[in-house]
Amino acid sequence: MSAPIIVLLLVMLVYPVGQLLLLSVHNSSGFTLVEYKRLFASSVYVDVLLITLKVSLWTTFFSVLTGYPIAYLISSLTRERKNRLLFWVLLSFWTSFLVRTFAWVVLLGRNGVINQVLLGLGIIDRPLSLLYNFSAVIVGMVHALMPLAVLTMLSVMENIDRRLPSAAATLGARPGTVFWKVYFPLSLPGVAAGALMVFVTAIGFFITPTLLGGRHQTMITQLIIDQVMQALNWGFAGAISVLLLAVVLLVFLIYDRMVGLSTMAGGSSAARGPKQGGRWSRKLGDVILTTLGNATDAVIALFPKRRKRAANGESLTLRVVVILLLVFLSAPAFLMIPLSFDSASGLAWPPHGFSLQWYRQIVDSPLWMQAITRSMLVGIGTGILSMLIGTPAAFLLVRGGMKGKAAMLAFILAPIVVPRMIIAVGVFYFFAKIGLIGSSFGLVLGHTVVAVPYVVITMMAVLRNYDTRLDLAAHSMGARPWATLRRVTFPILSAGLMSSFLFAFATSFDELTIALFSSGGLSTTLPKQFWDEITMQISPVIAAVSTCLFAFIAVLIWVADRLRRRSLTS
Amino acid sequence: MSASNLQITGLCKRYGDFVALAPIDLDVAQGEFLTLLGPSGSGKTTLLSLIAGLAQPDDGQVRINGVDVTYGAPYERDIGMVFQNYALFPHMTVAENVSFPLQMRKTDAKATRDKVMQALEMVHLPHLAGRYPRELSGGQQQRIALARCMVYRPSIILMDEPLGALDKKLRDQMQLEIKRIHRDLGTTIVYVTHDQEEAMTMSDRICLMNAGSIAQLGTPADLYFRPKSVFVADFLGESNLLDAVVTGRTGDQVQISVQGGANVHAMAYDAVIRDGKTVKLMLRPQNLQIHDGPPDGSINGGTLSAKLTDIMVTGSMTKLYLQSHISDTPPLVAAFPTNRLGRQYEIGQTLGLSWLTADAVAIAG
Repeated sequence: MSAPIIVLLLVMLVYPVGQLLLLSVHNSSGFTLVEYKRLFASSVYVDVLLITLKVSLWTTFFSVLTGYPIAYLISSLTRERKNRLLFWVLLSFWTSFLVRTFAWVVLLGRNGVINQVLLGLGIIDRPLSLLYNFSAVIVGMVHALMPLAVLTMLSVMENIDRRLPSAAATLGARPGTVFWKVYFPLSLPGVAAGALMVFVTAIGFFITPTLLGGRHQTMITQLIIDQVMQALNWGFAGAISVLLLAVVLLVFLIYDRMVGLSTMAGGSSAARGPKQGGRWSRKLGDVILTTLGNATDAVIALFPKRRKRAANGESLTLRVVVILLLVFLSAPAFLMIPLSFDSASGLAWPPHGFSLQWYRQIVDSPLWMQAITRSMLVGIGTGILSMLIGTPAAFLLVRGGMKGKAAMLAFILAPIVVPRMIIAVGVFYFFAKIGLIGSSFGLVLGHTVVAVPYVVITMMAVLRNYDTRLDLAAHSMGARPWATLRRVTFPILSAGLMSSFLFAFATSFDELTIALFSSGGLSTTLPKQFWDEITMQISPVIAAVSTCLFAFIAVLIWVADRLRRRSLTS
Repeated sequence: MSASNLQITGLCKRYGDFVALAPIDLDVAQGEFLTLLGPSGSGKTTLLSLIAGLAQPDDGQVRINGVDVTYGAPYERDIGMVFQNYALFPHMTVAENVSFPLQMRKTDAKATRDKVMQALEMVHLPHLAGRYPRELSGGQQQRIALARCMVYRPSIILMDEPLGALDKKLRDQMQLEIKRIHRDLGTTIVYVTHDQEEAMTMSDRICLMNAGSIAQLGTPADLYFRPKSVFVADFLGESNLLDAVVTGRTGDQVQISVQGGANVHAMAYDAVIRDGKTVKLMLRPQNLQIHDGPPDGSINGGTLSAKLTDIMVTGSMTKLYLQSHISDTPPLVAAFPTNRLGRQYEIGQTLGLSWLTADAVAIAG
C-alpha cells in the first residue's frame, strides 16, 4: 500500500536532491571541494547566510510573539466564536504569499496608503521610503508567517485542560501567576513547534525579501536562484543547498534535543512530559516565571477593580490586541480590492474612481488566462494524484501493524522539512535531463511531492478519529471488504477526503518555487505569471488578480468549513 | 454544629434564556458535609462554580465566614476545590503540585516541605512525591488532588464529582477515605454528585436539586423516608408510586383510597395533604411483605394482590416484578434479601403484598 509513495519520494525527492548534492562535490574531473572553497573564500556568502539567519530569527520571534495572543484567545472561545476568529487566520494562511507580499509593496510604496495617510494627517511632509529595507522585509515576513505560528500553537493550546487555570485560581493563584506558572509552561511545546515551523519556512523564503528587501537583505535562497538561472553553475548551487540543508537539519536536531520531535505530530505535552533539563535550569525557570507572575499581578493591581469580572481568558485588553492583530493580518489583502477597481494606473491611495479595465485586461490576456487554466488543471491533477498516493499510506500508518512506522512517517514528511528551493532545483535538474520541463505532467509530479505529506497528515488525523468498530459491524452483517469500504468507510470519511484534496489542490495552486524553474517559458502557472509580472512592473492588473485569488480562497475555505460541519452533524 | 460557614441568599444564574439556577437560599454549617445531588443539568455544578468564584451570578449573595465574596475572585476566597478529572498540573511533580497553594500563600520553604509531607502522609502516598501526575493511577491522582486541597486547610472544600472517573471498588474505598479525612480535619465540605448512593453514604445533609431549584434539603433519612415530592421519591432509591385519593387525616396519618378501590393507611408529612386531595402512595420495594395468596387482616397498612411477571436476582437483593389486578397501574416491584434456601416463586402465580403504615408515605402531586 505504501509502495507508490515510496517510489514517488525516491524518484522525485531522494534522487534529484541527491544529484544536486552530488554535483556540489563532483565535476568533470571527479571529486572536488572547489565549490565549498569558493563558498567560504570571501565573506560574501557567509554574510548572506548570517543575514538569512538574522531575518529568520527576527521573523520567528515576532511571529510567535504576535501569534501567541491570537492562538490563546481562539483556544479559549466557544465553538461558534472560535470558528469566526479562526476564519480570518485561515484566510490569511491560505492567501498566497505573493498576494500578501504584493499588498505590502503597494502599502509601503511612495504613494502607498501609509505614506498618503501620514501626509494627509500632516505628520510628515515628504513621503518616507518605507520599502527595500530590513524592517519592510521583517514586516512582510511576519505577516506571511504569523498564521502558521498561530495554527501550530493552537493545536497545542487546544489540548491544554481549561480547568487547570481554574484549579490554580481556587488554590490561591492570582491571574498573572496562573498564566505564567501554569498556562505558559504548558503552552511552551506549542511555542517551540510554532517557532520551528516559522524558522524553517523563513530560512527558505525568497518572495518577500526579493520584493520588499534591498541589496542588503539578500537571502540564501535568492543566491541559489541566481546560480541556477543566471550563472548556470549547478555545482555552486548544490554547495549552497548543502549549506542551507545543513542549517535546517541542525535546527531540527536542536529542537529534538530540547523539546522532542514527537510533539510535532500533535502529541500533547502532558502525555509525554517535559524533557528534564538540569536541576538548576529548572530552578532558574521557576524563579523567572514566579517573578513574571508577581510582576504581572502587580501591574493588574494598579488598575481599578471592576465589580463584575470578565469570564475566563477574555479580558478586554486581550480582545482589543487580538482584533488589532487580525486587522494587521487581513487589511493588506483587503486594500487590494478598492485598488483593483481604480480607474488610474498608479496604484496610489486613495483610488480615483471606478473602472473594470484591469479585470478586462486579465480576461483579454491570453497569458493570464492560460496561466489560470493551467494552474487549475495542475492543481486538480496534483489533488487527485496526492490522494491516490497519500491515502493508502495514511491507512497503512494508522491501521497497519508494521515495524518502522516512525521512520516511514519521517520519510513521508521529508518534503516539508527539506527547503522547497532545494527540491525545486533538484527537480529542475532531473526534468532537464529527461525532458519534462514545461510539461503539465512534470509539474503535477513536482507538486505532488510537496502536497502529499499534507494529505497523509490530514488523512491520518481523520482516520484516527474513525471508529473501526463500524467496519467490524459491517463485516458482521455480511459486507465484504470492498462493500464495507464503499458503503461505510468512504461515506463517513468523505469530508476528510475532500478536505485533504483541497489541501493538496491549494498547495499546488499556490506553488511558486518548483514552477519557477520547471514550468517552462511559454505557458506558465498562475503564481509564476504573477511573479514574472510583479518582478517586472507593478500594475493594477496584479491588484485585480490578487482580488480574484483572495475571493477564490475565501470561497474555498467556506466550502471546506461547510463540508466539515456536514460531516460533524451526520 | 456551630455557626454557618457558607451562606447563600437569592443566588441565581441564567445563560441566555436558560435558567441554570433559580434564586436559591442555602446555609452550610461549620464542619458539615453537604452534598448537592441531582440529575445532569439540575444546576448543581453551576452552584458549585458560583461558590468557587469560577462563574459570576446574575443576582444574590455568597458569604463565606460572614464575608461577602459574591463577586470576588477565586483566589480571594478561603476555599479549596477538587475537580472532576483532578486538574493536577501535568508539568509539576506531585510535591510541586501539593506545594503550589502554599507558595501562593508565601509560606516559607521549610514549613512548606513539612506540610506537603504531612498532606501526602494523610493520603498514604508520601513515596510518590517526586513523580509526575501522568505516572500515577486514577485513584492515586485522586488522592493527590485531595492532598493538594487539604494542605492549606481552606475553611470550605468543594468537590465536583471527584469519584466520577473511578471504578466501583475504588470509589467505595475513596468514599471511606474522604469521610475519614472530613472527620479528622473538621472542614466544611460541599460535594457534588449525581450518584444517589454516594450522596446517601457520605452526607450530613443532601441538597437534592432539579431544574435549577432545590427539590428538597435534609438529612439522607429525611429525603429517603419523607420525600416531599414524587421527584425526590423517584430519584432516591427505587419506589412504587400508586395513584390515590385522601379520604381522612388524623395527625401524621391519612386514610387513602388507592385507585381500584382498596382503602389503606399511610403517613403524610406535608400539611397540604387533606381530604379529597389526589396523592401518590409511595411504597419502597423492600418494605413490601410477600404472601402466597391473599394476606390476612392483621397488617395495619394495606394489602394488594398481583400477578408475578418477572424475577431478577441482582446479587444481594432479589426483585419480583408484579402486575396488579387493577388495570392501568404501573408494574410493582418487591424486593427481599437473596437467600439460597428461600422459597421458589413461579412466573404467573398470584401473590399477596402487604405493608406497615409507617412504611407507606402519601406524597402530594
